[in-house]
Amino acid sequence: MIEEPFAGGDSFLHRADPRAKLVLAATLACVLAVSSGWQAPALALCIGAGLVLWARLPGRAFWRRMLTINGFVAFLWVFLPFSTPGETAFRLGPLEVTSQGLSLALLISLKTNAIMLAFLALVATSDAASLGQAMHRLRVPAKLVFLFLFTYRFIHVINAERQRLVQAARLRGFKARSNAHTYRTLASLLAMVLVGAMRRAEMTRRAMLLRGFNGSFTTLRTFRMGLGERLFLATGAAYAVVLILVEVLNA
Amino acid sequence: MPDAPLLDLRQVGFVYAPGASPVFHGVDFALEPGQRIGLFGPNGCGKTTLLSVMMGLLPASSGEVRHLGRPMRTEADFAQLRRGIGLLLQNADDQILFPTVLDDVAFGPLNLGLSPAQAAAEAREALAFVGMEGFEDRLTHRLSGGEKKLVTLAGVLAMRPKALLLDEPTSSLDPATRHRLIHILNSLEAAVLTVSHDWDFLNLVSGDFYTIDSGRLVKEAAAELHWHPHAHPHPDQPH
Repeated sequence: MIEEPFAGGDSFLHRADPRAKLVLAATLACVLAVSSGWQAPALALCIGAGLVLWARLPGRAFWRRMLTINGFVAFLWVFLPFSTPGETAFRLGPLEVTSQGLSLALLISLKTNAIMLAFLALVATSDAASLGQAMHRLRVPAKLVFLFLFTYRFIHVINAERQRLVQAARLRGFKARSNAHTYRTLASLLAMVLVGAMRRAEMTRRAMLLRGFNGSFTTLRTFRMGLGERLFLATGAAYAVVLILVEVLNA
Repeated sequence: MPDAPLLDLRQVGFVYAPGASPVFHGVDFALEPGQRIGLFGPNGCGKTTLLSVMMGLLPASSGEVRHLGRPMRTEADFAQLRRGIGLLLQNADDQILFPTVLDDVAFGPLNLGLSPAQAAAEAREALAFVGMEGFEDRLTHRLSGGEKKLVTLAGVLAMRPKALLLDEPTSSLDPATRHRLIHILNSLEAAVLTVSHDWDFLNLVSGDFYTIDSGRLVKEAAAELHWHPHAHPHPDQPH
């Protein structure tokens, strides 16, 4: 279900303190999200590619992720060049393509890919369990950390339930077609999965009570910031400042 | 009261809705320190409901649950009870909360107020006790059914309960894990209440026996247990 293909490596980025990586990725995402010039995102795209190379991420899984995100970006290229008001760059039949539309689509593409690269290299290189613990250490509210960890834990269980139901349907000769019977059956399967998830939530509450849960959340792992990580974080911070400067100077 | 039972039910009854027929009623039951009780009942006779009432997950409709002689009335009372009595749920997937084994087993000790280092040590010890050392960093959703069962058992034992309640522990267990479970239960110091419809298993881990019969708890004389021959291939396998 969630395979975590990038978490298994052994590069510096894999071994680095997940707190540092989370902070850095979040900072970069914020800076890039609000930048309005193309220079900062373009720089971040290059650095991001460098980070991905440094982390030696498995190629196939990496390109599949990039393809998925750019599937969404492609939609922007379908609409933005035509719908953004501005000077006409050229005409496609009856449609006007504006230069403002083109540059907006380009800007969003750059930002999206730059943020994606940063997250793949920095966040996806830690497994979900350590990310949850790191979030807790960074004083993210305990409820959010629980939601994150439990989602990861139970999405497998809920998926197994779904597969059992689908199998049960197949065993009795069900084949998905484009007809009312199929839609009714799938709706019913979905309802069963939801009911199962509700039951699961209640059982989880009970299981927590049984083990003495009292509302406060502590985690086992303690992280240590080594010299390498401190340097890495300082470099990352300097990099974020550079991105901001590039943005401000080009404004 | 040092001699008070760990768990003491007095005339306890439970109905799901007012007017519905009771799942059980007038249940008197006591679990003494170190005692081994087997509770037999067919499927759907209210065994799981009874365990939920004992642990305060469901409120008793009548009567009283006591822990070490103190009546349990509020959620805070039961929170105290759950620090001393552990319940192993029938379905291990209901009980595993965390992505990695060590985090999951350490959850109870952390709730007891231990430091992360102490909790991790307790968790490792509990895992070793159930024969699961080396599984600390494994992902819980990748474990087999038997491994999950042993991890949940370690999670309960890591809280060092004075009493352990087990809900159908052998359902969906492979013979090897079943054998291991019998060995683990018999080397525990805690009192154990096993609820099951598996007579063979109950007989191997219990000294006293009860059954649920039409909503009432009945004590069985152990002498009524008897052996009878049965047939299957591989008679040398534990079963």
